[in-house]
Amino acid sequence: MACDQGRAQLDAYLDGELPGESMRALDAHLRTCPACAADALTRVQLKRAIKTAGARFTPSPEFYNQIQKKIAGKPRRAWNVGWVLATAGFAVVLVAGLLSTYLERQNLRQQQLYSELADLHVSTLASANPVDVVSTDRHTVKPWFQGKVPFTFNLPELQNTDFNLLGGRVTYLGQVPGAHLIYQIRKHQISVFLFPERLVGWRGTPHVSKERTFNVESWTQDGLRYVVFGDVAPEDIQKLSDLLKSSAKS
Amino acid sequence: MCVSADPLQPGTFEELAMPLFGQLYNFAHWLAQNREEAEDLVQETYVKALRGFGSFQPGTNFRAWMYRILRNTFLTSRTGLKATMTVPLDESENGPGATVTSDQPTQEALLIDRDHQNLLQAAIAELPVQFREVLLLCEVEEMSYQEIADTVGVPIGTVMSRLSRARAALRANVQQKLGRC
Repeated sequence: MACDQGRAQLDAYLDGELPGESMRALDAHLRTCPACAADALTRVQLKRAIKTAGARFTPSPEFYNQIQKKIAGKPRRAWNVGWVLATAGFAVVLVAGLLSTYLERQNLRQQQLYSELADLHVSTLASANPVDVVSTDRHTVKPWFQGKVPFTFNLPELQNTDFNLLGGRVTYLGQVPGAHLIYQIRKHQISVFLFPERLVGWRGTPHVSKERTFNVESWTQDGLRYVVFGDVAPEDIQKLSDLLKSSAKS
Repeated sequence: MCVSADPLQPGTFEELAMPLFGQLYNFAHWLAQNREEAEDLVQETYVKALRGFGSFQPGTNFRAWMYRILRNTFLTSRTGLKATMTVPLDESENGPGATVTSDQPTQEALLIDRDHQNLLQAAIAELPVQFREVLLLCEVEEMSYQEIADTVGVPIGTVMSRLSRARAALRANVQQKLGRC
């Protein structure tokens, strides 16, 4: 896919309105094109900012009560047995429809989060300066985050493992600040994201899953949401996750 | 409208409409840009919707129906008429790619964080009402393009075109405001 074509479809892609085939094609393009991935990330940030800024006005409780009193107890229409049965049937369909819509929305939200994380992962690795604190020493990387993210965390000892710590940077997901750590195993790089647990809308599975061709594991521990994200084998994701879980307990 | 004595009857207007109250008010305030007018708008919307509830087709989108009433009420108000007279004359609505200018996001967009929320809100408020409404329905209300099309009463292609133009205009405005900071 050419960049021009991809960028023309980016808004519809991020709005979840691109048909499946086009979405897959654009997914593939974003994984290989750092410029378009960075563009997508910028647009996501703008979308998040508009959502927050747009929820601006709140009605007063007095006004709410005034309107509620005005319409309270007004029934829909007269009912007979036929109507009741018809309505019951309709209600079942409606509830099923609403439930399905709700689940679809939750799924869409989760897919957006995966997409954002994929963008963060890809655009960071594509950057000339992927990390702001460059160090293999966890005792250097961890203190660097002090005052930059609203939480603290422990990092694992990596001696006798295949993993290396490359460094870290501050990142944002849905306007929530978090820590983005880069680990290396062999020639592959893995992103570890840490956000406050209140990161809304996360519906990921607690075991390693395949999302947008990346392997992902996520869990919550000590008030933090951990997401381990990379293109390495699921076993490697699992091993790094286990190391992080153990260190968080210590 | 007939009134049933059965207290267990389902689907009262209140049950369906009141959960939408906060978001309808937010949207009304963005349209009218004034608390008093927003309250009048919401009140009139609920009165009209209650009156017309008998004609609401079950199975169709109640939320889009409420927003449509609110929007139509606004457009026929004095403020609404004035707002629609300031629509850009070169508006071309032939599809998503129609006359979109400056559609490239800039690094300035990265600067939009909590500190710049006021700036962004001002930029949204300055958008022409046709752009502002689709942007808010998409980003804040998270409506699908089809829902927005139903609410605004235009084809999906026009929704996409307006969204694209709204985002481009917003980015340009934000960039300009950041330049002045």
